[in-house]
Amino acid sequence: MKKRKSELTFWQKVVRYKTLLLMCVPAVVFFFMFNYMPLPGIWVAFVKYNYRDGIFGSKFVGLQNFEFLATSGKLLDLTKNTILYNIAFILLGNFLAVFVAILLNEMQSKMFKKVSQTIMFLPYFISQVLVGILVFNLLNYDTGFVNGILTSLGLEKWQPYSDPNVWPVLLVIIYLWQQTGYNSVVYFASIMGIDGEMMEAAKVDGANGFQRIRYIILPSLKPTIVILLLFALGGIVKGNFGLFYNIVGTNPILYDTTDIIETYVYRATMTDFNFMTASAVGLYQSVIGFVIVMVVNYIVKKIEPDYSLF
Amino acid sequence: MANKDKDLMESGAKVKLGTSDRIIRGFGYIFVTFYAICCIIPFVIIVSTSFTNEVTIRAEGVQFLPKDVTLEAYKMVARGGGIWWSYLLTIVLTVVGTFLGLSIISMTGYALQRRDFPFRNAISFYIYFTSLFSAGLAPYYLLMTQTYHLQDSYFAVLLPLLMSSWLIILMKNFVKAIPHEITESGKIDGAGDMKIFVSLILPMLKPALATIGLFLALGYWNEWYQSSLFLSSRVSVKPLQYTLYEVVNKVDALKNSVAGQFVDLSEIPQESVKMANAVLATGPIVMLYPFVQKYFISGITVGAVKG
Repeated sequence: MKKRKSELTFWQKVVRYKTLLLMCVPAVVFFFMFNYMPLPGIWVAFVKYNYRDGIFGSKFVGLQNFEFLATSGKLLDLTKNTILYNIAFILLGNFLAVFVAILLNEMQSKMFKKVSQTIMFLPYFISQVLVGILVFNLLNYDTGFVNGILTSLGLEKWQPYSDPNVWPVLLVIIYLWQQTGYNSVVYFASIMGIDGEMMEAAKVDGANGFQRIRYIILPSLKPTIVILLLFALGGIVKGNFGLFYNIVGTNPILYDTTDIIETYVYRATMTDFNFMTASAVGLYQSVIGFVIVMVVNYIVKKIEPDYSLF
Repeated sequence: MANKDKDLMESGAKVKLGTSDRIIRGFGYIFVTFYAICCIIPFVIIVSTSFTNEVTIRAEGVQFLPKDVTLEAYKMVARGGGIWWSYLLTIVLTVVGTFLGLSIISMTGYALQRRDFPFRNAISFYIYFTSLFSAGLAPYYLLMTQTYHLQDSYFAVLLPLLMSSWLIILMKNFVKAIPHEITESGKIDGAGDMKIFVSLILPMLKPALATIGLFLALGYWNEWYQSSLFLSSRVSVKPLQYTLYEVVNKVDALKNSVAGQFVDLSEIPQESVKMANAVLATGPIVMLYPFVQKYFISGITVGAVKG
């Protein structure tokens, strides 16, 4: 007679479910190698690192690596840039996605819907490298498309690559350009899921287009909007490295308004080989990010347990 | 006469369509058309530039439609030859990585979705935690180069892209839709867990495999980040997108540096050649994507639900 699951000891469970356990082994090993093994290396943020002695042989210096970052205001600047860009991305991104999804839903021509969705999705499929090239091709001083038009109109040329102030707007536009097709899919799917009878009933009762959007579509999108905003809020200190690095690259003139935590850490690691500073900033980012996710999840769990992440 | 009847009939059918509906619809067509044009213009310009005579580009800037059409840029890329090796490398990485990643993700996704598996919560959390807290770039870089010695190795590109906690959660969501009775019936027939997975579950997971496989393949095809971290100038053949990155950025770096003044500008790739590289590196994915779009859409909608 087989014992019930709850009565088995740990090792008996291991033996009985060995096949399922073995099926998980490759993934467990993978995450151990690439996500857990780097964790002890965080120690490099607290030492004066030198190659010869390695991370754990180097001299312990406490919080010294953080001190300069904090007192110089560098950490604050990076955090501010990262968070402000993310807020703009999240709010405008979701707004535009909802907007596009609602408009698509109102279209009657199936062909038009399909073709326009396919085209709007296109920017999502290309590499960030290509996005950088597309932008450069449009905006550069010598041969850029925009400057070609300006010249032919007899206007003065525009030099965005030496003007830091235009990039917050440009980067938000580029982000929206690349992501809206993708983001609107989820909203479009939830609009399609709205009960067709309800829409018909509203029409029969004489509700006009604006009223249907206001009283049926938007309320039924609310859960999706809330969930996606919460997901996004959890990652608010994580920057979009690929976007910033491929567009701004290593152009110090633009750093004031475009340097985010990820780009700073990347340069500190790969250009300066300053692993201590890079690791200090990275740890700071991970801790803040972790705390934010926990707090968000805690609040959501209190208010609406169904929406919580875990 | 026939036309008039048709008009009447249509207007009759649309009798419920009020002014506001027409405004919304009219605005919708205009806005969506405008937006779609904005999405596609940069691509048209790139293709145009790649076919345009270099002298014309220097003189007049890049144009919406190609002027003085020439294949010179493509001939130059073909003569250089390097891009074909990058193609080969990228295809090998994409095929091997997608196949390997897909096998692991589907096995794990199934096991973690089995109700009777006592370790499912512990392992799920172990995987999920990696998306909550990470060591950051510097410790990862040091581990990969100094402990694993993966500097200049293609494994540094292949391995990290095999899976992510998000893809495993996505797979779990797909598996969730398969009734537990399938597994039960397999057990009654005396099949082992592996046999149940391979012969009963996998065939039902085809849409999931297509979706997740495409996410993986796209990740490998568009990969440039791990390459930029771990493949130095000692590696002559690099993945396609990173090769493109180097072609484009090396030129700019040369131009901007003081030393650039002594570099013969005619020696380095010009605008049209850069764009020809861009077209060649992106072409396959753009050609393929209208056909695979629906799998992505199902992935995004299933993945939006929490794990």
